Amino acid sequence: MTISKQNIEQIALLARLRLSEEEINQYTEQLNSILDCIDLLEQIDTTDVKPTAHGVELFNVLREDEVEPSLPREKALINAPETEHGFFKVPKIV
Amino acid sequence: MSYQDKYEMVCGVETHVELATKTKIFCGCTTEFGGEQNTHVCPVCLGLPGTLPVLNREAVNLAIKAGLALNCEIAEFTKFDRKNYFYPDLSKNYQTSQYDLPICKNGRLEIVVNGESKTIGITRAHMEEDAGKLVHSGESITTSDSSYVDYNRAGVPLLEIVSEPDMRTVDEVIAYLQELVQILDYAGVSDCKMEQGSVRFDVNVSLRPLGSRELGTRTEIKNLNSFTAVRRCLEYETERQAEVLNEGEKVIQETRTWDESQGVTLSLRTKEEAHDYRYFPEADLVPLKIDREWVERIRATLPELPAAKRERLKTLGLSVYEAGVLTSSKAMADYFDQVMQKYADAKIVANWIMGDLSALLKANNRSFEDCPVKPYQLADMLKLLKKGEISGKIAKTVLEEIYTSGKDPAVIVKEKGLVQISDQDALEKIITEVLVQNPKSVADYKGGKEKAFGFLVGQVMKATKGKANPELVNKILKEKL
Repeated sequence: MTISKQNIEQIALLARLRLSEEEINQYTEQLNSILDCIDLLEQIDTTDVKPTAHGVELFNVLREDEVEPSLPREKALINAPETEHGFFKVPKIV
Repeated sequence: MSYQDKYEMVCGVETHVELATKTKIFCGCTTEFGGEQNTHVCPVCLGLPGTLPVLNREAVNLAIKAGLALNCEIAEFTKFDRKNYFYPDLSKNYQTSQYDLPICKNGRLEIVVNGESKTIGITRAHMEEDAGKLVHSGESITTSDSSYVDYNRAGVPLLEIVSEPDMRTVDEVIAYLQELVQILDYAGVSDCKMEQGSVRFDVNVSLRPLGSRELGTRTEIKNLNSFTAVRRCLEYETERQAEVLNEGEKVIQETRTWDESQGVTLSLRTKEEAHDYRYFPEADLVPLKIDREWVERIRATLPELPAAKRERLKTLGLSVYEAGVLTSSKAMADYFDQVMQKYADAKIVANWIMGDLSALLKANNRSFEDCPVKPYQLADMLKLLKKGEISGKIAKTVLEEIYTSGKDPAVIVKEKGLVQISDQDALEKIITEVLVQNPKSVADYKGGKEKAFGFLVGQVMKATKGKANPELVNKILKEKL
């Protein structure tokens, strides 16, 4: 599988990245070499291997339904670029 | 001209229901509704770097319970995935959801429309986190240059229930939604408070020429929060699609929004941004293995569901209509059962609950959940009525009095002197007086005017302030005339 320049532009759009022409060429090349590397894995016979859902062999890590204190609002908002009336303020969203 | 003359509607619904846990799905913040903005948040539900979600056991229990109530298969192995999208209602830029291995699938429920039963398939039901709320600042959406975000709701556990595209009329859609919400209410998996957004619907709808078996191009209308909104929206959208098709054009597959004030659906997304959510497994959460013992433990906690309850009420001699009304909310159905334990005449209990008591609650904007008349009080009052200690008319007064004062019926009857007059001699005396005072009516009755009899009964009731035993009055009057 090869990745085209159009693929890179689409991925950049979905990731909200603004790329220059130069960067698009660079990433096209780099992502293709990563995919070539992954293609190597395709050569392994995985007929009897179950799909992996998680890298760690661990299941059912659960917590009980007990309320814990939330953050004070000042702390919750402290890293926000803009706040108003206790809200996070963001550019207008339609 | 209606779309139905030429087309058949095909509709499926995605229902988002907030699960009734005390805390959020991945952190210990409260799920309580309301609360000052951004006060029910923590590093996990704000998606701060370095935090790890931990799944709430009760959310899983409730998802299993909902699945069982909807006749679903419960997965033995299930996991979470990230659904990626940029929108500030989630601070992480992805929603933790379930993609290819949902917790529940292949369910169904029965609806009845115009006396005909139909099975609606449930494709799947999966767990996910709710998003925060956007508030638009400034005078109006169009003039403001910014939006406000409140993350209190972000991370509240949701179950998204996806139906098959099995519905063919708006009435079927509404019947499906009513039955679904009723089942979820009965099962106790959600508080189902529609006005607080605990249940929200996305509808997928398309038209196809009558007789065609192929599916037409569909549109999805998101975030409807009442049955009325779904009905109005579908009535509008079907006509809109019919117009497009009638003009020889094609329906565009897109997401639309329902504008309540204008009563129209509006296009929400342009084609370029067609969603590509790039789902991938959520590495921050380990998978779940649900053994069958766990499922059976949950099954044992399932209460009687609406369909079973309606059937049982019918065996008690109630009509389909009465059984339907009494089971329309779990609170009302439970109330009926509790009264029946003390006074086992289904017809009479049903009449009082559906009639006078419902009217009282409605007039005071209350529901059976917080009914001031306790079930035993209604039963006690019905016993007094049956024994003839109070008349039917007085019973209504007693009921109102229980409603406002909370006192027991026997106390009210005693305090207010409402005991029915069943004393033959006392009544005869009163009736004689009434006859003397109303010679014209007496003559009318004897002349064949049946109506005059009713008037005379009314006069006796008036003289006794409604306390006369009506049967006895009838009997004595007939004898005397």
